Amino acid sequence: MNAEEIIMSSTAAALTSPRIERSPSHIATIYLKEAKYEFLKNLRLRMYTASVLSFPLMFYVLFGLVLNAKEAIAGTSVPMYLIATYGTFGVMGASLFGTASGLASDRGLGWLQVKRASPMPPFAYFIAKVVVSMIFSGIVVLALILLGFAFGGVRFPLGEMTKLVGTLVMGSVPFSAMGLAIGYFAGPQSAPATINLIYLPMSFCSGLWVPFMFLPKVVRQIALVLPPYHLSQLALGIVGAGKHESGATHWEVLFAFTMICLGIARIGFQRDQDKLYG
Amino acid sequence: MMPLLAEKFGKPPSQRNGESKKSQREKSMATVTILDPSPFAASTASAPTVASLEAVSKNYEQIRALRSVDFEVHAGEVVALLGPNGAGKTTAVKLLLGLSQPTAGKVRVFGGDPTNPANRTRTGAMLQVGKVPETLRVREHIDLFSSYYGNPLPLAEVLSAAGLEKISDRKFGDLSGGQRQRVLFGLAICGNPDLLFLDEPTVGLDVESRRALWEEIRVLVQRGKTVLLTTHYLEEADALADRIAVINQGSIVAEGTPDEIKAKTSGKRIRCVTSLSLAALRRIPGVVEVREDRDAVEISASVAEPVVRQLLVQDATLSGLEVTSAGLEEAFLALTQESNKDDTQE
Repeated sequence: MNAEEIIMSSTAAALTSPRIERSPSHIATIYLKEAKYEFLKNLRLRMYTASVLSFPLMFYVLFGLVLNAKEAIAGTSVPMYLIATYGTFGVMGASLFGTASGLASDRGLGWLQVKRASPMPPFAYFIAKVVVSMIFSGIVVLALILLGFAFGGVRFPLGEMTKLVGTLVMGSVPFSAMGLAIGYFAGPQSAPATINLIYLPMSFCSGLWVPFMFLPKVVRQIALVLPPYHLSQLALGIVGAGKHESGATHWEVLFAFTMICLGIARIGFQRDQDKLYG
Repeated sequence: MMPLLAEKFGKPPSQRNGESKKSQREKSMATVTILDPSPFAASTASAPTVASLEAVSKNYEQIRALRSVDFEVHAGEVVALLGPNGAGKTTAVKLLLGLSQPTAGKVRVFGGDPTNPANRTRTGAMLQVGKVPETLRVREHIDLFSSYYGNPLPLAEVLSAAGLEKISDRKFGDLSGGQRQRVLFGLAICGNPDLLFLDEPTVGLDVESRRALWEEIRVLVQRGKTVLLTTHYLEEADALADRIAVINQGSIVAEGTPDEIKAKTSGKRIRCVTSLSLAALRRIPGVVEVREDRDAVEISASVAEPVVRQLLVQDATLSGLEVTSAGLEEAFLALTQESNKDDTQE
């Protein structure tokens, strides 16, 4: 290498901030390990599994299997109907708690700085959180279906069941995005309370606890702008209890909501780039 | 560019001590080396600069964390940034790690931008962390961090270098303070980096854990790594570093070998009950400062014996005589007095 080449390459280095030379398999390994350990971390966190898995399942057993099991709503049996709504509730919890509380704590208490100082690809951290939220969402939905199948006489064609699980797992994405936005603006201690403050009223107003048609009119109008309402309508559509709005509209709302949340998270990310903790 | 630099830095540990001293004399030359493309210059100059702050200032809203600091780390040396809490040590490390941007001045690592991801594969960092994910096991944490690097150390080697063999299956949340620090140390070294940043590595540790960690750092240094550590213990800087930079209120107020710094800071404190007036005490040669403390006086002096001799001669009734080494607090006071004076003159 001669003098000019060295100068040029060092100038280029300063200007373009070159990527690390990594093989695709190395990159895949990093993303996989990041997700694997994020999964293990949450699985062993009793706070997480207890609130995320047990609450929707407990509600379902109580209101869908012990009580009301023989009733029907909008022509769909209650155990079937509630898989869609408590499924949405479970997905929301798994995604919000899976992203926001970990991120707020990692940010606020210095762990994210250690990771940022390492050569970790920044996206690996976020992707891991979203993917793991989707996995836990899938677990909640499958557990609900299993309970309904075993004790509530729920019967699905396999195709519809796949569609229901797929829809709800995809529905994890907007709430993971929302969790990232919350995680960037909530403090490490206040994040869980902030999540509950958003999560619980939103669930109620979207008809996840009390079937939508039994809600007061004003609440039903509020619901139209709430993402859990749109996800639950997509799920209810699959089990035959939708309000026959176009599915595309629901997806559009969820997509727009995701983009808004990612935009907010990005503002938080940039704000964090130059902030000192501790 | 990169392989060329790697060659320069990858030198046998036996040369390390000699070079680091030389590097102080040739500091300015070494700065040039990295930009100077001539192979002849590269071969004659000693250890090149691997990290530098050039007239770097950093403000956080009202706080001036760093004030036009010039500072360099040369390949193969161990440098300690020594200073009290809030002096700007952590800020300097975060700038060098590319975790924050300077308000003014230039930060360089391996001749380039510290945020350059390729540089990060050559650095390791041990930072002060409030909370580490507690449900992961020690070896899982290390496995994950090792995966980020292209050429990591084998897990067994990291575990043994950081003294973690016996606790590798424990969850982080179940570890003691000293063990937690060792895990963070393990994460800093697992990628086999050339340059290591250790921010207050032994803060909050008991004496035994502190010494154990010092041993681990020394082993690393013997392998020819470059280390920048921050500390507020003079003893720690003395035990580990080739060179110490004393930092206070965002400025470097003294720089030199541990012996040079100790010479500047080794004051004595003389305490006694005496009938002599404060003015008379101040007239004794060698007295730096006198202050009243209840019924006794406290005298600061660079050397105690001549002052004590004079005290005994001048006051036959003198009692309660005690001579102690000045603590680091006095040392900083002494070193920073000059810089504070400059400030008031401005």
